[in-house]
Parts: sequence; structure tokens; C-alpha cells
Amino acid sequence: MTATKTSFALGATLACALGAMAATPVMAQDMEKCFGVSLAGQNDCAAGPGTTCAGSSTVDYQGNAWTLVPAGSCVTTELPAAADGMARMGSLEALERDVPAS
Amino acid sequence: MLPAAPGVGFKPDHFAAIRKDAAGIGFFEVHAENYMGAGGLPHAQLSALRADHPLSIHGVGLSIGGSAGLDAAHLTRLRQLCDRYEPDSFSEHLAWSSHGAEYLNDLLPLPYTEETLALICDHVDQVQAALGRRMLLENPATYLQFANSSIPETEFLTRIARRTGCGLLLDVNNVFVSCTNHRSDPRAWLAALPLDLVGEIHLGGHDAEDLPSGPLLIDSHGAAVADPVWTLYAEVVDRAGPLPTLVEWDNDLPDWPVLAAEAARAGAILAQERRHHARAS
Amino acid sequence: MPAHPDFIARFEAGLRGGDLPPGLTARDPAEVERRFAVYRNNQAVGLSQALALRFPVIRRLVGEDFFAALARAYAGVERPVSPVLAEWGAGFSEFLDRFPPLAAYPYMGDVARIEYARGRAFHAADAAPVDPAVFAMADPGRLRLGLHPSVTLLSLAHPAVSIWQRNQPGAGAKGALPAGPETALILRDTTFDVPVRALDVGEAALIGALLEGATLAGAAEQAQAALSDHNPQPLLVALLRAGAITHAEE
Repeated sequence: MTATKTSFALGATLACALGAMAATPVMAQDMEKCFGVSLAGQNDCAAGPGTTCAGSSTVDYQGNAWTLVPAGSCVTTELPAAADGMARMGSLEALERDVPAS
Repeated sequence: MLPAAPGVGFKPDHFAAIRKDAAGIGFFEVHAENYMGAGGLPHAQLSALRADHPLSIHGVGLSIGGSAGLDAAHLTRLRQLCDRYEPDSFSEHLAWSSHGAEYLNDLLPLPYTEETLALICDHVDQVQAALGRRMLLENPATYLQFANSSIPETEFLTRIARRTGCGLLLDVNNVFVSCTNHRSDPRAWLAALPLDLVGEIHLGGHDAEDLPSGPLLIDSHGAAVADPVWTLYAEVVDRAGPLPTLVEWDNDLPDWPVLAAEAARAGAILAQERRHHARAS
Repeated sequence: MPAHPDFIARFEAGLRGGDLPPGLTARDPAEVERRFAVYRNNQAVGLSQALALRFPVIRRLVGEDFFAALARAYAGVERPVSPVLAEWGAGFSEFLDRFPPLAAYPYMGDVARIEYARGRAFHAADAAPVDPAVFAMADPGRLRLGLHPSVTLLSLAHPAVSIWQRNQPGAGAKGALPAGPETALILRDTTFDVPVRALDVGEAALIGALLEGATLAGAAEQAQAALSDHNPQPLLVALLRAGAITHAEE
């Protein structure tokens, strides 16, 4: 495609995009609804931790990460071979290979 | 000044329910550190709450009991927050939570000595000067004591308040937790505190573990306020008259109606005291 | 000589697992260690819970027990430096990249990059969306758009957006993961939600150019250079609907 053709195509596309944007009202914010509803889902994760002035009666799990094997959904999350040339899932061999000797 | 009514620690999970029904709730309290981001939902919610209710801002991270100077950047953030929301009260803890550049994420205890008394008075003076307002200082829940503590906790708090002009935030659950943990009498503790210094009361739930010598109570804020704490609270209100009273619930958060019912229980005790007072006068 | 600085330093060393600080007492002195352990536990549990709230997908990926141990290891090398706990975790993705027990899961760091960026977007400064009417008469060759402070573009070496999406509440695993790298677009919309969207190379070039201050036509040209049949319209309209275009100037 020549430069001229590119500009022409872009001009048409952008005119169209701008028209669509001009015709799109920005959503009126239903504040009360947003506040309550969005928190129930993913937002509480994005909010991150809050501070606390309380102590904890939950006892910390004193496990050693070096000897533990991940056991969540990563076990069934398999990267396609094309991603890095080799298929990878959680495997004990890989862990033993990577854990320092000490 | 906060109203002498029941208040609740605000949690974002309860926002929608609060907007529908906050009957009987005299004020809300938030942790300052959760509103130090630049924008977004936290500030939108707090602005909406502030428009309709009295507000208490409660700091948990200033480390007033620390040995180094106060964190100037944090003090600035607190001032900006107070300037923006103009809360009816600002309070912090008799505790430390930072060491050097590290934030330790817990309210840690300290020995009560002439040295720490002078240090904390100096820190409280700095806070009140920076914020341009009187602050309230809260008594801690503790699990240990210190051999070199030479001043009883009530005297320590009283002397800080008298010297700096700050008020006290009396956490009745913390009194019960600490006195139980140290095998002392919470009524004697409360009797030794001049209640005219108290600007707000906190009530929260605790958990219990067992030690060979008896129970070890943990100030978990993850349960309803315990019956003996309600009893002590009623006695305090009977002595001092109605005071702003916050119900704190931070962990294992219940649905709003459960928390509102806890606040209503405090409200009933405050109302009863008002009736007594009206009859007596 | 003041005793308090020494007390603080020794207490803190004790929290880290060193010797108990001197001078601790209890009614039954034999219980001092158990009682000091309450403070150690408060700190460890508090930090672990804070990290889990900030990185819920990492927690789901590795499981609860592994995450608790992981949080302990991370907190050991990177403590919070501010009482504003939402700021903690900036180095978690790099920590995961180098954490030998996770060497078989090379995408973990990228998933953490998405989660950290979502938190930044959630707390980013407010900015009002532009009035779409400004586009009616605009010349794309001269129009420059400003994007909301929450808008973040992440180039990820792994298909981490797809992994993040299938670990959301209610999402099921849907087919095979795409191969290769992904680019994530993260923003906070007008409902305060923080969606994560995978961009194709054309879209990524478009946003990248807009963020660098290119004109709209210039950004669209860069997008077409990256992907020849790229149409900028759907993404521009999505940005506008999300309230993410906050400035427009010719």
C-alpha cells in the first residue's frame, strides 16, 4: 500500500471513528449502583489490602516455600509449547532441578 | 466533635447497604491509611459518606510510640486527608509500628517510662500542631508487659493528655483484653482513668487462646463485642454520661444488619443513660 | 542515655525471628515466649493477608498453603516501607520471576504485573472524561488525546492476560492458552471497575502512540504499520465509553 492510499484509508476510518465517538454519550454514572455492585466482583481485589488495628487469631502457616509444591490452578495451566519451545506444567522434576542444594 | 451516639467502622463492602439504611448510626470511622491513594472508589465513597454523616478519621500507622521522629511524609498525608474531609475527630494509637524505613503492620507495645512519656508527648504535640486540631490517643490491647515499665498505663495516658491537651480514645475491649491478659482488674483500670479526658469509646470483639496460667485474649475485631465488655461499657457510660461509641469489626466481616445491630445495642445503653440523667436532673 | 531506640531495635529483631528482646515480663514469666509470638503472628498473618488481597490470582494459581509460605519469603526480603499498605508489592513480580520453586511456572511474574497494575489503576487520580462532541469537528491530523491516569499498557512475555482472565471468579478454563507474549490494557472505568483486556499488536501500537502524545492520525498510522488491516475505531470507542479519554486538544 502506498503512503497516499494509507492516508486515505486512515482518513475514512478515523472520520468514522470520530463520528461514532461523537455519537456515543459517556455513560451517565449511577454512582450508588457503581459503588455497591462493582465492589462485589473484581474490584475488591484491585482495592488491595486495607490497614487493620486488630491482632490476628489466625495462626500463620509456617511452611517452607522451598519444600512446597504449588497446588492451585497453575497445576492445570499449561502453556502452549510454542510459548517457549517446551510444554510446561508443574512437575516435581522441574522443582527438584530448581531448588538450591542446601 | 462527634455526636454522643453509636458509630460504625466503615467497610466498603457495606457501602450499598449503608446508603439504603443507616438509621441510628451517629457517625462513621475510617482508617486514614486506606484513603491515601490519589483517587478512585475509596475517595468517591468517603466523599459521599462525609456529605451525610459525621466522620472520624482513625490513624493506624503513625507510630507515635516509635523511637525515631514521626514520619514527616505520613504526617503530611494525614494533614491533607484532614483538610479534605474535615473530620469531626482524629485519633491514633499509643503504640509503635515502624522501625527505620520499615512498616511493621502491627500495633506494638512499649514500656511506660519517663523517657517514653516525654517522647510521646513530643510526638502528640507535633501531630496536633501539624493537623491544627486536638487529637485523641487510644489505649492499646497488649499481650506482654515490660520489666522497666515504671508508670501504670492509666497514669501514663492521663499525663500525656494533661501535658499535651489531647483527649483519650477509650477502647473498652482493649482494657478488658489487656487486663485479662495481665491478670489484673479492668474495673480498677477504669476507676483510675479520669473519664472527662475521654472523647470517644471503641468497642470490638476479641478471640481467646489458652495459656497454662489462663486465657490469652487476642484483639481480633473479628467477632461480636463480648458480654463482659458490654457490662464494662455500661458502667463507663453510667459514670461519664453518653459518649461517641464506635463498634469496630475488621475481620470475618458480617453483613450490615449484624453490625448495625451491634451499634443499636450501644445506642440502647446510651439512650438508657440519657433517661437516667434526665430523671436525676 | 535513652533506652527506647535500643528497645525498639531489639523488639524488631525479635519479630524477625531473632532472640526475644530483654525485659519482657508476664504474670507467669514462663509464658513470655508464647505471648511474644502473638506479635510475630500478627505481623506474618497481616502481611500474608495483605499480599493475598493484592495478588488474588497468584494465590489461586499456587494454592493457599504455598501462597502463605511465598508471602513469608517475600516479606523477608521486601518489607512495606509505608503505612499505606496498598503501595506494598511493587517488587513481587520480580521476586516471582526469580523464585526457584516457581521456575516451572514462568508466567507467574507477568500475572503479578497485571495484578499490581490493577491496584495502581484502582487508586489512580480522578479525571473527568471529555465531551464526545469535541470529536465532531476534529481534524485527526492535529487532534491529540489525553488518557485517564489509570490507563496502563503492559508488555508481557507470557499469555498472562489469558491466564488472569480464566482465574477470575466464575470463569472456567476455555480451551488452550494462546502462545507467546500478550499486551495488557488496564484502566479504571466510570463504574470504578478495573477490567483487563488483551490488545493485538495494532491496538497496542495505537495506545502506545497516544500515551506518547502522537496525534490521532499519527497513532492510527503507527497502528496500521504494526498491523496492516488495523481499524482504530472499536478501541477508541471502548476507551471513550470507559471514560478513559480525558483530554482532547487540536
